[in-house]
Amino acid sequence: MVSMNMVQALNSAMDVMLGRNEDVLIFGEDVGYFGGVFRATDQLQRKYGVTRCFDTPIGEGGIVAVAIGMAAYGLRPVVEIQFADYIYPAFDQLVSEAARIRYRSAGDFTVPMTVRTPYGGGIFGGQTHSQSPEALFTHVTGLKTVVPSTPYDAKGLLISAIEDEDPVIFLEPKRIYNGPFDGYHDRPVQPWSKHPASQVPEGYYTVPLGKANVVREGGDVTVLAYGTMVHVAQAAARDAGIDAEVIDLRTLIPLDIETIVQSVEKTGRCVVVHEATLTSGFGAELTALVQEHCFYHLEAPVERVAGWDTPYPHAFEWQYFPGPKRIGEAMRRVMEG
Amino acid sequence: MKNRKALSLRIPEPVSRPGDKPDFSKIAVPEAGTVRKPPIDTRANEAMDLANGLIRVLNRKGEAVGAWDPKLDPETLRRGLKTMILTRAYDDRMFRAQRQGKTSFYMKCTGEEAIAIAQAFALERDDMCFPSYRQQGLLIARGYPLVQMMNQVYSNAADPLKGRQLPIMYSSKAHGFFTISGNLGTQFPQAVGWAMASAYKGDDRIAATWIGDGTTAEGDFHQALNFASVYRAPVILNVVNNQWAISSYQGFAGGEEATFAARGLGYGIPGLRVDGNDFLAVFAVTQWAAERARSNLGPTLIELYTYRVEGHSTSDDPSRYRPSEEAKAWPLGDPVIRLKDHLIHLGEWSEERHEAAEKEAMDEVRAANTEASAIGTLGSGKAPSAREMFEGVYKDMPWHLRRQRQQSGV
Ligand SMILES: Cc1ncc(C[n+]2csc(CCOP(=O)(O)OP(=O)(O)O)c2C)c(N)n1
Ligand SMILES: [Mg+2]
Repeated sequence: MVSMNMVQALNSAMDVMLGRNEDVLIFGEDVGYFGGVFRATDQLQRKYGVTRCFDTPIGEGGIVAVAIGMAAYGLRPVVEIQFADYIYPAFDQLVSEAARIRYRSAGDFTVPMTVRTPYGGGIFGGQTHSQSPEALFTHVTGLKTVVPSTPYDAKGLLISAIEDEDPVIFLEPKRIYNGPFDGYHDRPVQPWSKHPASQVPEGYYTVPLGKANVVREGGDVTVLAYGTMVHVAQAAARDAGIDAEVIDLRTLIPLDIETIVQSVEKTGRCVVVHEATLTSGFGAELTALVQEHCFYHLEAPVERVAGWDTPYPHAFEWQYFPGPKRIGEAMRRVMEG
Repeated sequence: MKNRKALSLRIPEPVSRPGDKPDFSKIAVPEAGTVRKPPIDTRANEAMDLANGLIRVLNRKGEAVGAWDPKLDPETLRRGLKTMILTRAYDDRMFRAQRQGKTSFYMKCTGEEAIAIAQAFALERDDMCFPSYRQQGLLIARGYPLVQMMNQVYSNAADPLKGRQLPIMYSSKAHGFFTISGNLGTQFPQAVGWAMASAYKGDDRIAATWIGDGTTAEGDFHQALNFASVYRAPVILNVVNNQWAISSYQGFAGGEEATFAARGLGYGIPGLRVDGNDFLAVFAVTQWAAERARSNLGPTLIELYTYRVEGHSTSDDPSRYRPSEEAKAWPLGDPVIRLKDHLIHLGEWSEERHEAAEKEAMDEVRAANTEASAIGTLGSGKAPSAREMFEGVYKDMPWHLRRQRQQSGV
C-alpha cells in the first residue's frame, strides 16, 4: 500500500494497465508529453513510448470516434476529455455510436472504450470548467457511468472500466483530486494522505462496477451521493448530528439498487444529493426508483439537494454549490416528515 | 507474404522540447514584399502561392515594402502602436491581479497584439467580431473602457456580465464583440451565420472570426469553411497560428502536413498566410479580405503566423513542454518593436516618445485598476447580487427557477 491522491491513483491504474496489456492505449489533449493538464498521465509516455500514450488534435468528436475505431479493431483505448464541459462535440459518437454498436451489430462489433473526464464544481471554473453532465450519459442506454470518490476506488474502478467490454464514461470529481473536500470552502482542505482510502495497492486490483459502498452507517436517513458530494454529505450528517447512512453509489449505470433498497427499507427516509442541476438530473431517477421499490417503507417524501437550474455561475460558486448546510436542512426536513 | 515493412503508427513530435535549443530553422521566412497582391476576385485555385507563402510588409530595416504596403498615415500607425502598448500593459496588470488572488483566471495575448489590433483597424467599426479568448485587443482598439474589462475580470458589482461568466470572456454588442465561449471553436461557424444574415438583409456589414491553430481540429472549423463557401458568406475566417495549443505544438493540428491557410483551398476559399507580427501586413490582408467580402465575393481564410510568447493561461507552465528561450528565438520578432522601428525609420517616433507612451499606458491601466479594485475583486469588496444567478436563464423566469431562488435565500 502506498498513500496516493486521486490523480496519482488514476495514474497508477493506467500505468498498471499499460504494463499488463499492450492493447491499452491512452490519448487525449495534452495527455502525452505534458502528462495532462491535471497530470493524470504524468510520465506514462516516457515509460511506455509515444505510441502508447499520446497527444491528439483538439477535437473531442475525433478523439472518441478514433477510439471507437480502435476498439472495433480489438484495442482498449482509454481517452481523456480535458474537462467534461468539453465532451459535447463527441456526443454523437457516444450516443449514436459507442452506446449502440454492440446492439445494432448483434455483438459483431463491440466498444471496450473508457472515456475519462474531470467534472464538477467548487474550483471557480465558471460555466465551462464546472459542469456535472452525468445524467446526459445515464440517459443513454448502452453506456456505463462511473464516478469514484476516493483514490482507492478511483484506481480499482478505472481498472474495471478499462477491462469492461462496454463503453464506460468515467467521471472524475476534480474538486477532490487532491483532498476530500467536504464543502466547507472557508476551512483548509485535508490532504488525501490523512484519509484511509488514500492507501492504495501499487499493483493490480479492481473495484467492481455496479457495487455501491456504504461509507457511513446510520439508522435515521439514507443519503445517496457520488463523487465530491459523498464527502460533503458525510460532513453534513456529522454536523447536523443526524444518524445518517451515506451511500456512495460509485457506479450510476449499472446501479446497485439492492444496497439502496436495503438501506431505505431500514431508515424509511432518503435524501438524494448531486452537484448537477436538479431538473432531469440523476436524482430524479434515484427518487423514482426509491419510490417504486420502497414506497411502503417511506416515512417522508424523498428530498433532492442539487445544483440550481442555472448555468454554473462564476462569482456565485458557494451560493450555487450544494454544501453541507443545504444537505443538513434536507435531512432535517425528511426527519420531521 | 509481401516484401513490405509492417505498418507503424506515426505520432508527431516537435523539433525542440525543454532542455533543447530552440530551433525554427524549418520555418521559411521570405523577404518582405516578395508575395504578390492579387485582385480581390481571386479564386481559391489561383491562390496556392498565397496560402503557402508568407505575406510580409515590414523588412528588417523597418521599411514598408512591396505591393501589400497599406500606406497608412503616421497618425494611424502611432495609434496602432499605442493600442498595442496599452493591451500589453493591461495584460501584465491582469496577470498580476490573478497572482494576487483578485481573480480566478487570466489569459494574455503577448506577442499577438498586432493581430487583433491591426484587424480592428482594418475593419469598419460596425463589422461584427466573433473572437476567441485571445483577441482582447479588438475591444481595446474599439474603445471599450479598460475599467469595464477589469470589472468583468474581477466579477465585481460593476461587472457588465453580472458575475455569471468566467474572467476574460467579455461580451459587448455595442462594440461588435460577440460573447466569448469557453468551448473552443463554437463561434467560428456562428460568424458565418451572422454574415449570411447580413447578406440576406442586404446590409453592408461583414463578420470576422478568430480561431487558434489547435482549435482548427474541431469540426466547427470545417463546418464554418463549408458553409461560408456554399453561401459565399461575407466573412473573414482568421486562424491565429501561434504554434502552440497549451502543450501541443501545431503539428498536432496537422500544421506540418499543410498550412492552415491552405485548408481554405479545398473548400474553394482563398487562403492567405500572413506574418502575424507585422502590423502593416496584417492590416493589408484584412483590408483585402474585407473589401472582397463587402463586394459580395465571399469568404477569405487568413492564417496569422505568430508565436504565443507567454503561457497558455495563468494555470499553465510552458517550461514543462517547450524550451524557455523559444520566444526569444522566434524569427518574426515582436510586433510592438517592429512597428516602433518602422515609425522611427519614418522619422515619426523616437525612443523617448516610446518610453513616454509606455508610461502613459501604464498610468492609464493603473488608474483603471484602482477604480475597478475599489469596487471589488473576486471574493472581496462589492460583488454582484447573488440574485443575478437566477436571472437571464430565460427571458421570463419559469416557476421552478423562482422557487429555487426562494429556497436559496439569496
Ligand atoms: C471544446 C474544447 N476542448 C478543449 C478545451 C480546453 N482548451 C482550452 S484552450 C485549449 C488550447 C487551444 O489552443 P489554440 O486553439 O491553438 O488557441 P491558443 O490558446 O493558442 O490561442 C484547450 C485544449 C476547450 N476550452 N474547449
Ligand atoms: Mg495556438
